[in-house]
Amino acid sequence: MTIQELAALVEANIVTASVDTGREVECGYTCDLLSWVMANGSEGMAWITVQTHMNVIAVATLHDMSCVIIPEGIKVEDDVIGKADEEGVAILTTSLGAYEICGRMNAKGIPAK
Amino acid sequence: MSQLREEFQITAMDFVTAGEASSRIKRILKKLGVNANVVRRLSIACYEAEINLVIHSMGGKLVLLVGENEVTLISEDVGPGIPDIRLAMSEGYSTASENVRMMGFGAGMGLANMARNADRFHIQSKVGEGTRIEMIFMIKDSRAEDKSEVS
Repeated sequence: MTIQELAALVEANIVTASVDTGREVECGYTCDLLSWVMANGSEGMAWITVQTHMNVIAVATLHDMSCVIIPEGIKVEDDVIGKADEEGVAILTTSLGAYEICGRMNAKGIPAK
Repeated sequence: MSQLREEFQITAMDFVTAGEASSRIKRILKKLGVNANVVRRLSIACYEAEINLVIHSMGGKLVLLVGENEVTLISEDVGPGIPDIRLAMSEGYSTASENVRMMGFGAGMGLANMARNADRFHIQSKVGEGTRIEMIFMIKDSRAEDKSEVS
């Protein structure tokens, strides 16, 4: 599934402007502890987190993740979106909760890593 | 592969630029054509070291040394030092403040993640002086048997 298709699935807006939304999403993960994600992240991952500060982008970039999904309508600051665009990591925002997002991704066959 | 040395100064409690040195180091290694799995392990360990310098130290630096057969990453700070390294190495143990935890840091995984991802991990610390961590990553991705030493 591509980032574009994933965005439609979880009713998300893609807030990054220049990231390739045709990139494949390989797996899904949800966690808000950054060290935990550093230990368990992987390439092509779609990571769901309520954290929205700059280091989320650093963690996603270091793992070459496909995208970060911010749930529950949480706003992402412009400088963080700018950094994500610069690093090539898509940011998706949705009003759905993390549990619902995971459920929809799982039902469509997106595996855990 | 030619010898290369790069140094990155890390500022205490600067969460805006935290992670940038790790990203730059990753880019350097990718450009040099280092094995992708080694780059990945080193990036994780490097980020943990960088975040530890930001959260726990009074400032420090990361030094990257790329040799023929191995990449060495050194994290050095100017204090405050770790009173009990064995305790600090235990997963889940953290002295991070509540504010830092709210940002998703301070899970107590940092040192353990570094040791797990490096082929060789060595940490030395003295209270009042500082902490020095040396991590070695074999370029051929053949992981050494003896992974960690604590002194």
